[in-house]
Amino acid sequence: MSSRTASGAPLLDVRDLVVHHGQLRALSGISLAVYPGEVYALIGANGAGKSTLLRTIAGLHHPTSGSISYDGRDVTGLRPEKRATAGIVMVPEGRRLFPTLSLEENLKVGGSFARKGPWDIERVFELFPWMKERRGQKTAQMSGGEQQSVAIGRALVANPRVLLLDELSLGLAPVIVQRIYGMLPQILESGITVLLVEQDVSQALRVATHLQCLLEGHTTLEGTPADVTREQVEAAYFGAGSADAGEEYSQSPTAPHTPPHIDGSNPLWSGLTTSSRAC
Amino acid sequence: MEWVNDIIQGLLTGGLYALFACGLSLMFGVMKVVNLAHGDLATVAGYIGVGIIAISHVPVLWSIPIVVVLMAVLGYILQRSLIEAAISRGELTTLIVTFGLSIIIENGLQQFFTANSRGLGVGDSFITSSFTIGSQITIAYFNLAIFVLAVVVLLGLQLFMTHTKYGRLIRAVADDREAAQLSGADYRHVFGIAAAIAFGTVAIAGICDGMITTLSPTIGTDTILLFAFASVVIGGLGSLWGTLLGGIVLGVAQAIGAQINPNWEPLAGYAVFLLVLVVRPQGLTSRGAQS
Repeated sequence: MSSRTASGAPLLDVRDLVVHHGQLRALSGISLAVYPGEVYALIGANGAGKSTLLRTIAGLHHPTSGSISYDGRDVTGLRPEKRATAGIVMVPEGRRLFPTLSLEENLKVGGSFARKGPWDIERVFELFPWMKERRGQKTAQMSGGEQQSVAIGRALVANPRVLLLDELSLGLAPVIVQRIYGMLPQILESGITVLLVEQDVSQALRVATHLQCLLEGHTTLEGTPADVTREQVEAAYFGAGSADAGEEYSQSPTAPHTPPHIDGSNPLWSGLTTSSRAC
Repeated sequence: MEWVNDIIQGLLTGGLYALFACGLSLMFGVMKVVNLAHGDLATVAGYIGVGIIAISHVPVLWSIPIVVVLMAVLGYILQRSLIEAAISRGELTTLIVTFGLSIIIENGLQQFFTANSRGLGVGDSFITSSFTIGSQITIAYFNLAIFVLAVVVLLGLQLFMTHTKYGRLIRAVADDREAAQLSGADYRHVFGIAAAIAFGTVAIAGICDGMITTLSPTIGTDTILLFAFASVVIGGLGSLWGTLLGGIVLGVAQAIGAQINPNWEPLAGYAVFLLVLVVRPQGLTSRGAQS
């Protein structure tokens, strides 16, 4: 923790967040601090509250209690569009593109109230070269992976400081997921901090610099991928004492005690070409 | 040749119906609000025109831009207050609120302007002059001008929707309100702009109607709203040019009906309306039924 806090104040500071969906208590006092330049991963099973947490940070849910600070300023009561223009931009679960708009129009909407920064539509076309010739197409006919890329592009053109990624891998083939996560170094290189929700634990451990595991609205584990053992993750993911734990996690090609570093030598980034590697 | 003349007259009337209908279609397409006060707002615009001309003695045609701006501002304010509050309470509430608004407007107009009908005289021969093609076809310059105006308004709306930032945002918000918020768009403001446009277009229609026929406090729901609904349904919901097609189909059906028997003018219009509902409920221009 000391190396994180040494880098200054957290960019995003969530304290004791309690969120209800009607009668149901979705989050019971979650705290997290995201420091500039981090890739902070929220992991956990279905219904653990990860997406609720992310949506609350984006302003789409109102917390019952607790606070959200961004860049030292309390944003708990701020409307979602104000948070977006302040630099907290979310790629929502299920992509949520505008189906009657073309690819380019989707990106233009994303940049309607953009902050000043390195990202614009041209730069997104550099990141995803296939988009350029298909800019006039409606996104409804595109594949899931392509739609996810458009959703990421739509968020990037707003020039976020914190990018919230909700279940990028949902419904996509593993090879496509690899390709989409392969864009992460270039996003980080442009100075964006990432907070992501991921059901696929091995995927999350591969990219994260810090992680938190949620279970039924509670924090069950927090640390860097280097700090936590595979057994700890299993226990945190399924709840302590679960006998059949680890089935999902066992697919991970990486032992959790050998922390992944985002550099060219790491085999986990093997999908990338040399030029697109970052950090 | 009589029939050709009927079809041409109906077609020209269709332009006015399209002006009535496009705002209704826009508000439903973007906010999912069925504005039952839409017809009455056209009447209000006509009466504001009457009032402005009486007070300031501006030429009748000059009153159009003034009334359009006033109604657009009113549209934004009404959307941001009453209709916005209704939207947050569910779709049925918007129906009740706009129905109530309709009643208030009609009775307010009767209170201030009496139930007598009055016209918006253009004051020169423009409204009555016409030209003839052959021996049977007579086209009034004024009706032709309204049709051209309708096409220009629809064209302008289309260009606005496809080529401007707020046009794009209106379409984006209509698609997915929450996703638009995540892109930094305040959908309430975007709704307000859409309402301003809808009110502006219905203001043009109301004044044109006041010039062609006469205004009375109840025509808003008695005729204008019904014709607007029929045009939207015949043409297809959410389609801009569909409202023009729907308006033309309605206008032509009415003209032909009136030619057969003067009593059949409204009947023929509603018969076509029902026929479209039965045979092609998604409207003439929509590709498929929408869920």
